[in-house]
Amino acid sequence: MSVTDTLPTRSAFSTSVWFKYATPQMFFPLAGKLIPLFAVIGAVLTMLGLYIGFFVAPTDWQQGDSYRIIFLHVPAAWMSMVIYLALAFWAGIGLVMNTRLSSMMATALAPTGAIFTVITLWTGAMWGKPTWGAWWVWDARLTSELILLFLYIGFMALQASIDDARRADKAGAVLALVGVVNVPIIYFSVKWWNTLHQGASVSLGNAPSMEKTMLAGMLIMALAFWAYSIAVALMRVRCIILERERHSDWLKQYSDSLEKQS
Amino acid sequence: MTWDSWSAFFEMGGYGLYVWGSVILAFALIFGEILSLAIRWNSGIKHLANWLHSEEKDDDENKV
Repeated sequence: MSVTDTLPTRSAFSTSVWFKYATPQMFFPLAGKLIPLFAVIGAVLTMLGLYIGFFVAPTDWQQGDSYRIIFLHVPAAWMSMVIYLALAFWAGIGLVMNTRLSSMMATALAPTGAIFTVITLWTGAMWGKPTWGAWWVWDARLTSELILLFLYIGFMALQASIDDARRADKAGAVLALVGVVNVPIIYFSVKWWNTLHQGASVSLGNAPSMEKTMLAGMLIMALAFWAYSIAVALMRVRCIILERERHSDWLKQYSDSLEKQS
Repeated sequence: MTWDSWSAFFEMGGYGLYVWGSVILAFALIFGEILSLAIRWNSGIKHLANWLHSEEKDDDENKV
């Protein structure tokens, strides 16, 4: 596999590995190699996490088996926030450094973040009904998470409404950066306000208030969602590169080199 | 093992609707995302191939 060797190298960038892979033509084959790796890690950890969560972890003395929603709800909620931070980071880098790959990465992360936000809200409703007696309450935690969904949708809609890709990148970046303020609001909402939503079961600096196998299942599912998110974001960024750089010489050379190999 | 039988597993102590409702939607969205990306990738490859093919044709016509 010497696909990268056949690509045009820009000597100014070859000094640093970070800058080397900062261009779509260098990143495209690298992402292609990383996708199967993260996909396999994600699939294996999902099966392991679900096994521990649904077969090993005991029934909760207080909430019965309804608590098992935690194995999807908490990892999805973490991802919905982490992906937003990553999106805002790459959008900000793209805005400041004018690097088109960073902006493409931000665009690639948005649908995955939105999906995890929907999973969070849905599983939360499914958990709220049996434990609180309501699918939804206008509580600080729930409301700020709903705003996160609107931020993702707003980001995607804004970018989709602008024909010029680089202008869409910049407009989206401004929206994404303004919206970052919502992430700490979600995270600390259970501390700042008196909410119906329970406090953090796991937090930095405190011993987790959970049974060991429950905690293990939840953390493994969180790692599984991390790996999944990386795999699908890389898949999507490759689609975006393919669509945006269709008429470029490097993609022509790349597809020629693939034909020679096969 | 936590469960006495498979039916106990599916009942989830009376919370089956909520637990399986969560699991089904989460994995439906995840598989839906993977499927939509596979479709998008294939159409991207097809468009690239068409573009490269039409470029070659243009080159041939220019030669004539």
